[in-house]
Parts: sequence; C-alpha cells; structure tokens
Amino acid sequence: MNNIVILPIVIPFLTGALLVLFPKYVMIQRLLSVLSFLAVMGTAVHLLQQVGGEGIQILNLGGWEAPFGIVLVADTFSLLLVITSCIVALGCLIYSFQSIEWERERFYYYAFIQFLITGVNGSFLTGDIFNLFVFFEVMLLASYVLLSLGGLKKQLRAGIMYVLINIVSSMLFIVAVAYLYAVTGTLNMAHLSVRVAEAGQPDLLTAIALLFLVIFAVKSALLFFYWLPESYSAPPTAISALFAGLLTKVGVYAIFRMFTLIFYHEPGITHSVIAWMAGLTMILGSIGAVAYGNIQKVLAYNIVIAIGFIVIGIAVFQEAALTGAIYYLIHDMVVKTLLFLLGGAMVGLVGTYQLKEMSGMIRNHPYLGWMFFIASFALVGVPPLSGFFGKLLVLQGTLETQFYVLGVIGLLSSLAVLYSTMKIFMNGFWGENQLSKEDEKTSTHGLLLPCTLLICVSLFLGIGVEWVNPYVAAAASDLMNPAVYIEAVLGPA
Amino acid sequence: MEILMSITVGVLFMVATYLMLSRSIFRIVMGLVIISHGAHLLILTMGGLQNGMPPLLGQEAANYTDPLPQALILTAIVISFGLTAFVLVLAYRTYDAHKTDDLDQLRGTSDE
Amino acid sequence: MKINDVILQTVTKIVTFIILTFAIYLFFAGHHNPGGGFIGGLVISSALILMLLAFDIETVTQTLPINYKVITGLGVLVSLFTGMASFVFHVPFLSQAHLHFYMPIVNEEINIATTIIFEIGVAMAVVGTTMTVIVSISRNKGDEE
Repeated sequence: MNNIVILPIVIPFLTGALLVLFPKYVMIQRLLSVLSFLAVMGTAVHLLQQVGGEGIQILNLGGWEAPFGIVLVADTFSLLLVITSCIVALGCLIYSFQSIEWERERFYYYAFIQFLITGVNGSFLTGDIFNLFVFFEVMLLASYVLLSLGGLKKQLRAGIMYVLINIVSSMLFIVAVAYLYAVTGTLNMAHLSVRVAEAGQPDLLTAIALLFLVIFAVKSALLFFYWLPESYSAPPTAISALFAGLLTKVGVYAIFRMFTLIFYHEPGITHSVIAWMAGLTMILGSIGAVAYGNIQKVLAYNIVIAIGFIVIGIAVFQEAALTGAIYYLIHDMVVKTLLFLLGGAMVGLVGTYQLKEMSGMIRNHPYLGWMFFIASFALVGVPPLSGFFGKLLVLQGTLETQFYVLGVIGLLSSLAVLYSTMKIFMNGFWGENQLSKEDEKTSTHGLLLPCTLLICVSLFLGIGVEWVNPYVAAAASDLMNPAVYIEAVLGPA
Repeated sequence: MEILMSITVGVLFMVATYLMLSRSIFRIVMGLVIISHGAHLLILTMGGLQNGMPPLLGQEAANYTDPLPQALILTAIVISFGLTAFVLVLAYRTYDAHKTDDLDQLRGTSDE
Repeated sequence: MKINDVILQTVTKIVTFIILTFAIYLFFAGHHNPGGGFIGGLVISSALILMLLAFDIETVTQTLPINYKVITGLGVLVSLFTGMASFVFHVPFLSQAHLHFYMPIVNEEINIATTIIFEIGVAMAVVGTTMTVIVSISRNKGDEE
C-alpha cells in the first residue's frame, strides 16, 4: 500500500474543483494551476525513485485487495508518461496565459484543464480495465468542454463530430469490457493477464482483443484518424496543442498496456493486425501531411504519422523496439505540443492558417523561426536531437524481427515529416518579408517562454539519452515481463 | 433469459445504429441514448442473470447475484448521464449557432 | 396567450416537499439498500426541475439564489476530502470507518459509515451538474456547461 500513488490523480482533481468555486479571480486560478502541475510532477518523480528502489508501487483503493477492489499501479512506464504529460500541460498552461481570451479564462478554462489532466493521469495509473474506461471518460468529457468552449461556429461543428465519434467508441468499450468479464470473470488487469494466460488466449479472447484494438485505435487515431484533423484545428492553439500532446497518446498507452500485459499470446494475429494498421496509418498520414497547405492540418497529420511510428514498437514486439517506441512516445508528446504552440504563434502573427499567405517571418522573429527549425528536426530524428534515439531503436527492432516493409515505411514517413515541416518553415520564415511589425495581429510576447521550456526538455531528451535511457529501458523490460506487474499487484504466486 | 436479453440488446443496437446514421443531430443524440442503454443491458446480461436473488449482502448468503456488473452499470449510467446532458447542450448550441439540425448543412469550409 | 397553470403551480407547492422527503429517505437508505447519494441527488434535482417547469426561471432563481456550479465544486471537494482523510490515518485511500451509537429518542442502535459524508458530496455534485445543465438549456442566452 502506498497512498502517494493516488496523488497524481487527486491533486489536479482537487485543484479543478477549487477553481470552479471562484471563476472570476484569474490570477489565483493561474497560480493554483501551475502549482498543481508542479506538485504532481514532484510526486511522480518521487514515485519514480521509489519504483526504482522498491519495485512497482500499488494502492488498493478503500483497502479492498486486488483482484476484488480497484487497484492503482505505478510502474516506470506509467510514471514516465505522467511526468511528461505534466510538462506538456505546464507548457500549454503558460502559453494560454497570454493567448487565451478573457471570456474563456473566466469560463472554467483552467478548471477543465485540471480535470483533463486528472483523466490522463488516472488512465496511466489505473490497474483495472473498467476504471480505465472511467478515466478515459473523465478525460474525454473535459476535452469536449475545452473543444467547444467559446462556442464559435467552427468549434461547435468540430465538437459535434468529435463527441459523437468518441461516444460511439466509448460504448464499444463498455461492450468489450462486458464480453471480457463474461469470458474471464475479472476486470483487474493483472488478474486478467493470469486468466488469459491460463486459458492460452483462445479465439474468443483474441476476438475481444481485436475489439479492444479497434476502440483504442479510434481513441489514439491509429488508422481511424479521420476525426482528428478537423477537431484538432478548431479550438485555440493552447487547447489543440494540449490535445495533440496528450489525448491520442493515452490511447497509445492503452494499446501498449493491453497488448503487452494481457493479450500477448497470439502475436501472429493481434500484433500483425497492429503492424498493418501502423503501416497504413503512416502512409495515409504522410499523404495528408504532404498534401495540405494549412499549418494546423499539416501538423495534425504529423500526429497521425507519429502514432503509426510509435505503434511499430508494439507490432514487432521486441524489447529494443519497445524501448525505442517508449522513448519516441515521450519525445513526441513534448515536440508535437511544441510544434503546435509554435505554429499557433505563427498563425497568430499572420492571422491566417494558409501557408501561401505567409512568408519571411524570420526577419522579425528569428527566435521563433529557429525554434521551429530545431523542433522539426527533432521530430524527424536528426541526431543528437530527441527523436533520433527512439527512431534508431525502433528501426533496429524492425530489422532484427524481419519487419522490413514496416521499417522502410517508417523511414519514408520520416521523409514526409521532414518535407511537411520544412514546407511550413520555408513558406513561413524564408522569402520576402511581407509583414511589417505594425501589421502583426498579435505579439509573441509571453508565448516564447513555454516554447523555450519545451525545447529545453526536448534537447535534454536528445542529449541526455544516457541519463534517461535506464528508466525507459526499465519500463520496456517491465512491459516485456508481465510477471513483474502481476506479482506486484496480486502478490507472489 | 440471457438469450432474450441478448436479442433485446441486439434490437437496441440496431435501432441506435439506424438513428445515428441519419442526418438530424437530434436523432443522433437519441441514437446515443439508446446505444448506451443497450451497452448497459449487455453488461448485466454478460454477468449472468440470476432470478430473484439480491446482490451479495453478507458472507452467509446461500445464493446471490453477482454485484460487480451492477456496480459497473451504475458507473456507466452516471457517465452516460453526464455525456447525454453535455451532448444535448452542445446540440442545442449548434442548432442555435447554425440554425439547422442537418449535419450535411453543417459541413461548410474548414477555413472560415 | 397566457397559459393558466394554477393547478400545476398549486400541486407543485405540495409535491415538491414530498419529493424532497423521498429524496432524503433514498439518500439514507443507501449503503445496504437501493439508494444513496447519486439517486438522492437526482431526485432532489427533479424537485427543482418541477419548480422550474411550474414557475418560470426568474422566480425560481429569485427564491433560490444558488449558484449551482459552486455546489458542484463544493460537492466534489467534500467527497475528495473524505477520501483524503485516509492520508491522516495511514489507511488506503477511500477506506471507510463505522460509527455505532445509541439514539435515545427512537430507541435504536444507529450505524453510520463515513461513506455518508462522501455521499453528501456526491449528492451535491449531482444536483449541481444536473441543474447547471438544465438551467443553461432553458435559458436562451446562457452559459455552457
């Protein structure tokens, strides 16, 4: 029992509830929000140290022993993601101080960001599959509100689509949980793992596994990404950056968890389906990223490509590739948010999303331009920036397990990423400067600080590989050995 | 009994799918309500049905209904209650802003 | 045209209290029997909604000047703090304790679990959310949830 495990969930929830009480005092709201994220980060780092020393930390809620009660499990993988999501949320939060309109700020904006993080952290930490559904819903409900907050026509239209698709997939989630309960008689993930292993994952369970795969694929935009570009380009920059960094990644986390801990007995079926989905996602995402001439659409399709790439790690199902995938996942959360924030700053200056209508911004905004340049190179995976190490390991994994086609698609998609981000860079920053200082719609005042913060994290992930890698490798090796997780939750067999 | 329930669930899902494929937002919302009822019934059925038995109340009980599906359904109902409330508000706002209930007319260009 | 709703209004004045009493019964019936904070809260809000239907929204907000969003926030806080009391007692989060005492007037042994404080929070949150949604739909130019 370790009560600290609940803190990353309770702190933002508590802060969110507090913020509902006094919506008018914006300065206090901002201060409390920042403090809450710092506190969560502190507890997560503390937990990470504990996990390093004493093994996986668990908490049986209400004292009900697993598998009967709900259990929270903090292992290295989930804690790394909790820490990263706090960094990302902090970046978006500081960015929104300057960029979010006053009406939104007073309309429980900060409270809903806290609720969003509650859901995200809860999804990472829970060890019960129905509880995972609940935290998904907490996160999604907060995201629905954030998406439609402000009530612009465009937002409402995107909001309706986004909400409908997510509700349908949530209902499928309930259906899948019901089937799983009918077959195995338990919903605790560790216990499920034991039961499924005992049964040897017969065809019925494999079918349920595929149903889960479809649900999480919709949530994480793996292959079923048609809802993503529209809905992520509707809300203000800070919100869409937050979504870009966190929401789809929670779905990816769920895929990682399910297909390493529970459904790992039939890789011939499940994991090769995942491989197909990953390949197709990268191809379709690349086409979208190359084709569009709208900054937010291009960046949104880049999310899709990255999801495909990360999922390769689970498709090839090998420890080195999984390490790379986790590394790339963490890197992608940071860098994708950063790119969305920078893109939003550019759009704010010019007042249009169209690349054709902007040029030569590097003259007045060199810092913004070079940050975008570094971020896009990090995304592509140029050494020594943060994407390199993850990409290297994933590609190595595909070669060692003879998934050559997947490796080639991964490499080619990197080219598409490079082309699409350079398209933004060349159009936006090079060429003749058409925009004098006076014509700019908004200033970048106060927007560059959070970007600098995130780019420092990205550089640290790139240069400090030696320091970060032990944690990532530990996370991957725990994922490859479900016995460690099971023993921590259910006690020694 | 389970078979009857399964058929009911199937009918509910069928109706919901039909409603959700229509273009009117209100019908889609109704579809969502019905599909969530279907999903809740499915949980109950999947837990195994016991006639006339209460959920577990004490350790001495000779026979009892599995309480877990009921707890799950309660949670799921609470969640779909919140979702339905939100979707209704959202649908109403959308109708208010666009003056139409038809999804086709909502499409418009993405660059306004 | 003015609608004559005297009957509805008169009935509402009486029925509201019956509904509220029933809500309190349901609330305390929880724990061992069907009932509890969620359903109690829903029934309370149904009483409020009935009032909204019978009278208009201005009258109700005048007589009951409650900010339902604050109620929601307070409810969540109450529930969370009940859970967090377990940090002080070094037991797992959300653990419950029982309280037995003898009640002289009704001459019965009363058994109260700490869950009841949690349930009060849940009821408040439910009332707050439901009413926020209903009020914001019923107003033409209102606030979103």
